Amino acid sequence: MRRLDALTAIYPRLQESIVVTIMGAVAAELQSIGHQPNFFYLQHAMGLASSIGLGIALSRPSQRVIVLDGDGSVLMNLGGLTTLARYRPHNLIHVVFDNESLLSVGGFPTATSTGSDLAAIAHAAGVPHTCTATEIEALVVAVNDAVARRELATIVAKVEAVGPAAFVTDLGLLENRFEFQRWLRQH
Amino acid sequence: MPVSTSSSQVIYDALKANGIRLLSALPETWLVHLIRLAEDDPDMILVRLAKEEEGVGISAGAHLAGVKSAMLMQNHGFLASINGIVSCAQLYRIPLLMLISYRGEFGERDPWQTEGGGVTEDLLRALRIPFAYLDSPDHVGSRIRKAQTLAASANKPVALLLCRDLMWEEPA
Repeated sequence: MRRLDALTAIYPRLQESIVVTIMGAVAAELQSIGHQPNFFYLQHAMGLASSIGLGIALSRPSQRVIVLDGDGSVLMNLGGLTTLARYRPHNLIHVVFDNESLLSVGGFPTATSTGSDLAAIAHAAGVPHTCTATEIEALVVAVNDAVARRELATIVAKVEAVGPAAFVTDLGLLENRFEFQRWLRQH
Repeated sequence: MPVSTSSSQVIYDALKANGIRLLSALPETWLVHLIRLAEDDPDMILVRLAKEEEGVGISAGAHLAGVKSAMLMQNHGFLASINGIVSCAQLYRIPLLMLISYRGEFGERDPWQTEGGGVTEDLLRALRIPFAYLDSPDHVGSRIRKAQTLAASANKPVALLLCRDLMWEEPA
């Protein structure tokens, strides 16, 4: 599946959630579908999107948080999966787009291209619900199930290593950050 | 273990007085009492980390969601967090209150702590992170309050170095 199509398919769920994304293609593609003030794009600090999601989820237990992560980022913070699992926020859904490469910096293959299985790693870390989706329909079902279940889930979506032509958008980093904080203050 | 329980209590009370509701921590000898105090406090969200850099993200999330937080770590944990501090907290103007146990300064007996002790202050200066020492219970409350005030007004990380004279009670 293509990540842009996958994002479009789960967009209705994103609209009604607090969303934290990683940098690069994921951020640019989500913005191309439609930016909302409840979306925060971490344009650096690879690995920490899930940690930011955890901090929000623990601070706002009544609101749903969806983290849009990537294989390269998760591999930089595998220990973070054990922290997620340890605190098991019921309101956090962790979606990992796995294109088996570091697309934004030249497309070099990551360890998932040689067999490392992120859903299995998340499961072994103690995340209560994990799965790998290779088709859009399966991803949508997995996200909907996670929303209904109200328990921590890590959903790995296998996607093609294709992305937008450019990653810089006209949404400034600090504009996004302060808008997001203001939205959270009001909701 | 001669870690000062009274100083740990003074520090914890100051964090509570300043509205800290979430603490991230990675165990280190000097922090044991502080972590236990957080553990026993039903009003404190204690997040035990696998690596200190995660704490930068967790504090950033808490801040954006309106919750005041602090990070407890050893100076080697600060070293391990630097990318997160620069490319999350500084890039996005996130206030961080970092309490860093200052191992490897004068009086250190553990050889493995000495290298990190020697670079801690230079790194804080290189990163332009304002810092102060906590080396006596008398000023713990006011320095924590002032550090948090600056972090909030500047939207930047600040550091308090927990010093041996405060944290460690040498056996008589």
